[in-house]
Amino acid sequence: MSRLLEVRNLDASYGSTKVLFDIAFGLEEGGITAILGANGAGKTTTLRALCQICRTSGSIQLGGKELVGMATEDVVRLGVAHVPDGRGTFTGVSVEENLRLGAYARRDKRGVAEDIERMYERFPRLRERRNQQAGTLSGGEQQMLAISRALMLRPRLLLLDEPSFGLAPLIVAEIFEIMRRINTEDKVSMLLVEQNASLALDLADNAYLLETGKVVVSGTSEQIKNDETVRKAYLGF
Amino acid sequence: MEAFIQQLVAGLATGGIYAALALALVMIYQSTHLINFAQGEMAMFSTYIGWQLLQYGLSYWTAFLLAILISFIGGMVIQRTILRPVERAPILTNVIVFIGLLVIFNSVAGWIWEHTVKAFPSPFPSDAWYATSYFSAHNIGSVAVTLLMLLALFAFFRLTPMGLAMRAAAQNPDSARLVGIRVSWMLALGWGLAAAIGAVAGMMIAPVVFLDPNMMAGILLYGFAAALLGGIDNPLGAVVGGFIVGVVENLLGAYVIGTELKLTVALVLIVGILMVKPAGLFGKHLVTRV
Repeated sequence: MSRLLEVRNLDASYGSTKVLFDIAFGLEEGGITAILGANGAGKTTTLRALCQICRTSGSIQLGGKELVGMATEDVVRLGVAHVPDGRGTFTGVSVEENLRLGAYARRDKRGVAEDIERMYERFPRLRERRNQQAGTLSGGEQQMLAISRALMLRPRLLLLDEPSFGLAPLIVAEIFEIMRRINTEDKVSMLLVEQNASLALDLADNAYLLETGKVVVSGTSEQIKNDETVRKAYLGF
Repeated sequence: MEAFIQQLVAGLATGGIYAALALALVMIYQSTHLINFAQGEMAMFSTYIGWQLLQYGLSYWTAFLLAILISFIGGMVIQRTILRPVERAPILTNVIVFIGLLVIFNSVAGWIWEHTVKAFPSPFPSDAWYATSYFSAHNIGSVAVTLLMLLALFAFFRLTPMGLAMRAAAQNPDSARLVGIRVSWMLALGWGLAAAIGAVAGMMIAPVVFLDPNMMAGILLYGFAAALLGGIDNPLGAVVGGFIVGVVENLLGAYVIGTELKLTVALVLIVGILMVKPAGLFGKHLVTRV
């Protein structure tokens, strides 16, 4: 299987403050990779760097194409969908308008209409609220909407920033189950940033652990779950 | 009673102009959180362009539409070349740029077309079928044109994908980029539309107040008052505010304070709203964490 995403020597800064130091990681086509770490480790910055939202140097190769230096809008059009932390919902417009916006970069009207139907089938709660203003949805529903909006792009790569944040455990379990199905049924590769390490390791194939902007541990989920020192030192379980 | 209705309708007619200007101000405010102080002078300049096209012999509606098109393109060009470089600059820098634009447009208009007052024709002949003793043809026509324009804008923003993208880009530019919307072009489009709206407003008021480089200064003030009254971030509020300000100004001027103090009404409204209810009638109250 070829590597969909190959990141090498990646530095990232906000203004003059460097946040990521020479990190390297990768993602196989069709796989799920988790990026773990404590608060402030640089996980969110990593996803932002992939979308070229902050200043980066180094190399980010998506299917062989170099992303560093591109505008965010162009990275998106290469098939990278980002579900940002805090969901990034367009709160002032309706649920359905959010989905349409997710498909903004696409030209096939019928495909878009079909995909909207599929999102409603996958998340019936969204269909009930299709004309409601998105800002009035509950946290769990907004997370479902955010994921659906990202999927409307028919992305090659889905970036998820802390999808479990602030949600009740039952909803989180539901969402993670749906994410697993999206990966196996729709063959969407995923890069998952999570503070909840055990949840992430159950879903992902591989994981990278960040600490203050550097990769300190990497391996398959099995390896990391079974390594007691790593678990106790970095993951707290 | 007749006189009252006449004043009311005249108020609605000017109110439509204020509504259009207020809408242009709100559109730019929504996407940039800045108030375009040069909006009035741009509208005046657009009106001069329309006047010039009429001098070249074009028919009224051809000149009208061409002036709108030129204004639209001009607005986009101004955003791309003059405002984009100062996008991330402090607010004061942007304010100075706007004031600079105001002065430039005013002076250049006076330089090209001189300061003598000119007449601007109305496309609505005074003996039209819809003119009555209460409502002059131009008043009715003016209200109709502004309402049509507002309807078209409403349809654009609510029903088209590009209108949706513009709303999204104004509300949440970061998320808009993440769905592939070219946010900076959306800003340029917003400016183009605002300039086009200003052109319509200018060409509708010019027959009434006559064309000279200082035509829009007072009218812009009413536009501000209208935008603030409706809520500076609410397009529907801008429209409602415009009509309210137009009617109130006219009625107060006719029955209470006389025409000299009419502009004072606008200033009192602006100060009053900002003191008592800064969010206006329909605007959102902004709460920021410190």
